[in-house]
Amino acid sequence: MSQITDIPSRTSLFILNALLALVRYLFIFLVAFVLFGLILLIAGKDPILAIKDTFSSTLGSTYGFSEVIVKMIPLIFTAIAVALPSRVVLINVGGEGQLYMGAWLATWGALTFAALPVWALLPLMMGLGMIGGSLWAFIPAFLRARGWVNETITTLLMNYVAPSVVTFFIYGPWRSPGNALYPQTVDFVPAARLPTFFGTRVHLGLIIALGLLVLYWFIMKYTRWGLEMRAIGGNPQAARRNGIPLTVYLIVILCIGGAVAGLAGMSEISAIHGRLRPGFSPGFGYMGFLISWLSGGNPMGILVMSFVIALISSGGDILQINQGLPFAVVNILLAITLFVVLGRPALLKGKKA
Amino acid sequence: MSLLSILGVISSAIFSGTSLLYATLGETLNERAGIVNLGLEGVLLVSASVGFAVASQTGNPNIGVLAAMLAGGLMNLLFGFLVITRRANQLASGLAVMFFGFGLSALIGKSYVGARINGLPRFILPGLSSIPALNTSQFKFDVLIYLAVPIAILIWWLLFRTRWGLSLRAVGENANTAFAAGRNPQLIQYQALFFGGLLAGLGAAHLSIAWTMTWAEFMTAGRGFIAVALVIFSKWHPIRAIAGALLFGGAVAFQLLLQASGIAISPFLLDTFPYMLTILVLIGWGGTRKHAAPASLGRVYQGTE
Repeated sequence: MSQITDIPSRTSLFILNALLALVRYLFIFLVAFVLFGLILLIAGKDPILAIKDTFSSTLGSTYGFSEVIVKMIPLIFTAIAVALPSRVVLINVGGEGQLYMGAWLATWGALTFAALPVWALLPLMMGLGMIGGSLWAFIPAFLRARGWVNETITTLLMNYVAPSVVTFFIYGPWRSPGNALYPQTVDFVPAARLPTFFGTRVHLGLIIALGLLVLYWFIMKYTRWGLEMRAIGGNPQAARRNGIPLTVYLIVILCIGGAVAGLAGMSEISAIHGRLRPGFSPGFGYMGFLISWLSGGNPMGILVMSFVIALISSGGDILQINQGLPFAVVNILLAITLFVVLGRPALLKGKKA
Repeated sequence: MSLLSILGVISSAIFSGTSLLYATLGETLNERAGIVNLGLEGVLLVSASVGFAVASQTGNPNIGVLAAMLAGGLMNLLFGFLVITRRANQLASGLAVMFFGFGLSALIGKSYVGARINGLPRFILPGLSSIPALNTSQFKFDVLIYLAVPIAILIWWLLFRTRWGLSLRAVGENANTAFAAGRNPQLIQYQALFFGGLLAGLGAAHLSIAWTMTWAEFMTAGRGFIAVALVIFSKWHPIRAIAGALLFGGAVAFQLLLQASGIAISPFLLDTFPYMLTILVLIGWGGTRKHAAPASLGRVYQGTE
């Protein structure tokens, strides 16, 4: 778009745009909350109380706030796992499966090399988590790059395979003899636990996630890889004819996405659970997809939206406890938010990046 | 293995394949009109929960089936509003509908977890009852099973032998051309979505009202996505969709056979079999299927203004 003369200063433009974006986002969430409230009302619940509970239990106390941050960590990972492949027009809906396989291989490391010191064991588990996630992503990536099967449907189907594999190991070879009622692996040794901060459950994964977010931003903006990825995103055939190795990019980028999702699984079981148990993820992979879409793959947007979705998701816990609603109900609020974003009139759309 | 247990396996293959056939037929209608509905999983869940709740409240499974169909149609219209009227991205909108279905079905079904209902009555076809080997309780099926193949043929007839079907396929190939030929692409896409939703609702109703006769959160367990995959497998053709559904039913039967034969395989690994088979089938057919897809599949019709 060509610039017109009489340009205001960059700073004031930036502030104006940021304010406009904030107003747009606030309006989107206002509409989403009102619609969600209506559905709760129809279901015979008190919507005002439910929404008040959601906010007071999360933003109202230091502990509540720290729990939102804890939920935000895997979401940043899984959002990057979707956002990075989306730059080369790959649709990775398999974050959930990649997360499980990351956790699975990291658990193998934690159980097998339990004697290692912490400085060796934790990096090993992270590496294994990344390998687990990227191996899971490699299958759809390879099939897509060969032009055989679209990655959207394969990543989705594989989400249903990974949790079964994990459950098989928990009920089979890795089952802890101590606990008959709730099948799970034995507790990890202390060296396999990511350190936490300030007496809360906020853990080292936060630093890693934020670091990856900065790295993602830097690579996209300042490196040749980022430039080539943007070229592929713009026009894959033109990029290929200009000598960009399209096939290699498709496979490697989706595998890196899988690796990041694997890290989410590794950090969850290492820092939060301290063991592998079935169904430990309440849909972090799917929520990451949502965050990536809502933020348009923009790093700052991922940070903000991860926080918001973590807030909504923590609210889901509260709704479950205080109102006796199933946890899955929080998906309604997530979905309505996405509906409003997808279906909003042009007035509420930001300018195209 | 006795004859009885083999018949049992075939019977459960038929039960399992039926809901999938309806869902695949519904998705075929959508995709022939150029719309990919990844939200099918959510649509099935909402239909299954609504159908079960209504059947439980009224005590009448037939009303439950109708309610499930209507719920499926309405869910697809909601999806249609996003992708047709608001021209939003189909894949993202589909996943939004999926999330919505996850949540809404959990909310609707919450008070019905563990409830019992009168399922659709099961009967044996008059001709078959004279064969003693088949005249067992396992070969009594509900009306939705008997109707599945006739409905598949009906959808084929609608798509390939009627003016409406021709218009619908034209919209899926090139909406602008269809518009130039005097059709209303958006109206036809809405119709395709609504009818597709009714069919998905039938499939979900079969799952919760006729087969399992229970409601459980996430009970469809990825059937919506398997149906989307089977549409590709069947080359967007209703008759071949029958083969796809039989394949899936066969996968479930194979799973049961293995368990019945006493081979020690973990049930958790067996659970992954249908999904892996679906992926393998897509790989095997993948390369040759591409040109069978409607040309404008997934593309947003921008209108003519």
